[in-house]
Amino acid sequence: MTPIIDYMALSAVLFAIGVIGVLIRRNVIVMFLAIELMLNAVNLAFVALGRRIGSMDGQVIVFFVMTVAAAEAAVGLAIIISMFRNRETVNADELNLLRW
Amino acid sequence: MSHLTLSAINFSWLPILPLATVAAGAMAIMLIGAGVDDEDSASLGVLALITLLAAFVFTIFTLGENSLAFGGSLATDDYAAFFEIVILIATALTVAMSLDYVADEGMAGAEYYSLILFAAFGMMLMAAAGDLIIIFIGLETMSLAVYALAGFLRRDPRSNEAALKYFVLGAFSTGFLLYGIALIYGATGTIGLQPIRAALNNTAAANPLLLLGLGMMLIGFGFKVAAVPFHMWTPDAYEGAPTPVTAFMAVGVKLAAFAGFMRVFMVNLGPVSAQWTMVLWTIAALTMTVGNFAALVQQSLKRMLAYSAIAHAGYLLVAMAAAPRGMAGGAMLYYLIGYAFTNLGAFAIVIALERKGAGGAMLNDFRGLSRSRPGFALAMTLFMLSLMGVPPLAGFVGKFYVFSAALSAHLVWLVIIAALNSAVSVYYYARVIVVMYAQEEAAPAPRLAARPGLLVSVIVAVAGTVLVGLFPQPWLAAANSAYASAVGRSATRVAALR
Repeated sequence: MTPIIDYMALSAVLFAIGVIGVLIRRNVIVMFLAIELMLNAVNLAFVALGRRIGSMDGQVIVFFVMTVAAAEAAVGLAIIISMFRNRETVNADELNLLRW
Repeated sequence: MSHLTLSAINFSWLPILPLATVAAGAMAIMLIGAGVDDEDSASLGVLALITLLAAFVFTIFTLGENSLAFGGSLATDDYAAFFEIVILIATALTVAMSLDYVADEGMAGAEYYSLILFAAFGMMLMAAAGDLIIIFIGLETMSLAVYALAGFLRRDPRSNEAALKYFVLGAFSTGFLLYGIALIYGATGTIGLQPIRAALNNTAAANPLLLLGLGMMLIGFGFKVAAVPFHMWTPDAYEGAPTPVTAFMAVGVKLAAFAGFMRVFMVNLGPVSAQWTMVLWTIAALTMTVGNFAALVQQSLKRMLAYSAIAHAGYLLVAMAAAPRGMAGGAMLYYLIGYAFTNLGAFAIVIALERKGAGGAMLNDFRGLSRSRPGFALAMTLFMLSLMGVPPLAGFVGKFYVFSAALSAHLVWLVIIAALNSAVSVYYYARVIVVMYAQEEAAPAPRLAARPGLLVSVIVAVAGTVLVGLFPQPWLAAANSAYASAVGRSATRVAALR
């Protein structure tokens, strides 16, 4: 059986890729994809830890996280679309109406 | 409905009655709203108010319950009831000040009011969470509804931009919160908040998984309460969102975020408080300083109030850094009541002065307000004085309790920083008063039609700001016993487990 540390390391790497993606990419849709990657890294950690601990909690949370991620995608893409209709851009650097 | 029939209700679903009422109301408004024109949307707002009133009554019945429901997932203690009551009042005031705004701006009433209620549902769920999944679900229910509300003026690019910034950073922070939950689950083997406390009492604190999890959760909650350095979204989201939604974000979201933050950290991660109080010390000092100094230069009232909200989160974090010792918990709950009334009132005045399509009142719009609309000017003066912390208003008493809680925990330097920050804040709050009373208005203000909902919310906010400050004892007693119910129950439960 693969030791738990491998799963946790993979999850940490995926999470880090997600975080870096949000921080350095400027396309809002790619940033959103990176956020989804972070959530899936967390899912991996939950299943691995749940199996290790021997409780169902970790497995169950994953379903909640997936549901929430789907709802988040719906709301997020709707916001991005309404943004695109008005501004015809999905570049985060061009979101500069609100500044002091 | 008499008390007898209610007490006969099956025990296990009384705890969710307030929550279920709000959720059912939200769905009903969405269904009924399909047949209501947007011009008549105020009737849907009244339906929302009735729903909130019913939920309020049910919440009163859960007072003193202090039990756990659904296998420990839902806590029905006075702490939850306290927050639910304040959240319900804040939501009702938001709905009242939206009644005319929504119709004037041509917003879709059915969606607007149901989203407000769904957000309120998420907030209440967060306050009543008994395990980390419920914290997460409550947070997301609230956040998703508020993201959509922030972008509700969907033809206004500023509203789009506010929603997008809020959404991206909010979802980003959720990732951190969840990762923190996963690591704490790994470290303690459970997601229940009370079992976590029990597990932490029995194990060494220096577990790397636990420390990493603590840090991640701190980042997640830090984003939600708008603590520096996780505050970047706040001014933009507050400025671009429709003003009643801004009020809702500044008060409702902050209440719920603090409800979850306090319950998780002060109550259930209390045994390892040595690991996180120093971090909070730093965050509190930064939050107050950045919030107050950035507010000094703002011309837009909404943006100034956004930075002021950041600064007030800093004051609350001062008490939190003092958490497990002294009366910090009760002081924070008291502070939040005063904060809620004062901020809702200030935003209501901003709504009153807003011109259609202008995107929020600027400081210049307040010139000569004391002559054109003396009542509003007087109310705004009260709110500014309360935010400043002038006795005997709610803001002063709240600051007094928070600072003395921090002093009793020997956080002398933090209190000094907080006091200096309060002094700085006098400048930008007083500027509003000066502009209203000392400057001439440029052009005669357009006569607006009477807006009863707005008027009622200003009056309630004034009453709250004054009464909570003048008679602090009953409120503080309620706050203290609410906080004690969350801590005490955990403590006895831990003793039983040992």
